[in-house]
Amino acid sequence: MRPFDLHEPRSVAEASVLLRQLGERGKVYAGGTELLLILKQGLASYEALVNIKRIPGLAGIAYNPSAGHLEIGALATHWDLEWSPVLRERLPLLARVERQVANPRVRSVGTIGGNLAFGDPHADPPTFLLALDALLHVESDRGTRTVPVAGFYQDAYTTALRHDEILTRVVIPLPTPGTRLGYRRFGYLERPSLGVAVAMTFGDGVVQRCRIAIGCVGPVPLRVPAAEEVLTGLAHHEVHRRAAQAAEAAAAAVDPVDDLHGSAEYKRSLVEVMTRRTIWDCLSEVGGRSDRCASSSS
Amino acid sequence: MRIEFVLNGEPCSLEVAPHEWLLDVLRDRLQLTGTKRSCDVEVCGACTVLVDGRPVSACTYLAFEARGREVRTVEGLASGPHLHPLQEAFIRHGALQCGFCTPGFLMMALALLAAQPTPAEDEVRRWLHGNICRCTGYKRIVGAVLEAARATAAIAGRPAP
Repeated sequence: MRPFDLHEPRSVAEASVLLRQLGERGKVYAGGTELLLILKQGLASYEALVNIKRIPGLAGIAYNPSAGHLEIGALATHWDLEWSPVLRERLPLLARVERQVANPRVRSVGTIGGNLAFGDPHADPPTFLLALDALLHVESDRGTRTVPVAGFYQDAYTTALRHDEILTRVVIPLPTPGTRLGYRRFGYLERPSLGVAVAMTFGDGVVQRCRIAIGCVGPVPLRVPAAEEVLTGLAHHEVHRRAAQAAEAAAAAVDPVDDLHGSAEYKRSLVEVMTRRTIWDCLSEVGGRSDRCASSSS
Repeated sequence: MRIEFVLNGEPCSLEVAPHEWLLDVLRDRLQLTGTKRSCDVEVCGACTVLVDGRPVSACTYLAFEARGREVRTVEGLASGPHLHPLQEAFIRHGALQCGFCTPGFLMMALALLAAQPTPAEDEVRRWLHGNICRCTGYKRIVGAVLEAARATAAIAGRPAP
């Protein structure tokens, strides 16, 4: 690997100024589980890395009761999320999704902020967070802005982050009572070939709000409103019956690409099967919140 | 940059470049060659070491990140002539053939037993799924880890799984 200079700023503002000065010659470095691989393989090279792990206040996982939000610092690792008592109590499905990321070595070092900001299409958290309407706090010395996950991804490896901005926090509005959550991933490689997330809120006996997000098959994770509309307004038993129709709508709406994980046709078929199963997962527990996380990977 | 860390219980002070890998520092500068390089992309687990008790892929972990931390390699498992219960169990079960992946399996199993002292078999398989062995077919490795867990639990007075 080519040598680089290391900068270790102690504040977001300092990091932001550094990144602007360095321009394309510098890059944010946190866990490094993605970045170091591409540097090692010669797919990218930088004269300087800006290590943001010494900036205070960017870690931690907390429940904000007044807002009903979970607030996750960008430097929280997948391991921190997998084992977090706060997450296991408030949003156990996210802890289970995180438990399936890569392997324990990658989870102990890789950060949630890095995972989101790197923009690898074959990742689990972006799809799941999209279905939960999560918000991303993005900071620079010029100020702070909030970007919904839905508006964050522009293309594979391309996000709404500007060069001098740092993703500092993930804010997840906790699902309202009556919400059923499901997440399924599929793949034979360590990275998922497909991720499907469903968040379905029942009220007065019918689906009042539905989010279905599909990830990994195209360059960015996407919600599929055509599938969500099929289920909205339906009673519990009708959702079961119409799940196949919603899954077909999801498969028709995605725009899969051919790659190492399979052909576009294969992926479209996967989307249909896995969307149907994830919807069914959401129905499988009567009463309380179903938060099944299924994995069909090897 | 100069870094200080604890390596297998002993203080260690070293000048490293920011781009040096922990694996190269361990193998080439400190002659701790138990930790192996294989896939070199965080997938196979042959380079697994523990940093502050958590497993990392030393092949893709910058050496400077060890500063102020505690690093444990396979060389730090045995105490003098006394093998670690995991090593004893690997030998008893014949949980290795060529042995190249074994240090990585031992260190990942050590991390597992620290987090979950009495794991069920599916937990052992889940923890080890990111370590690759091309000889044994895993059955004996899983058996060895389960036995080591029982042995350690017996010593610590915990209920066996």
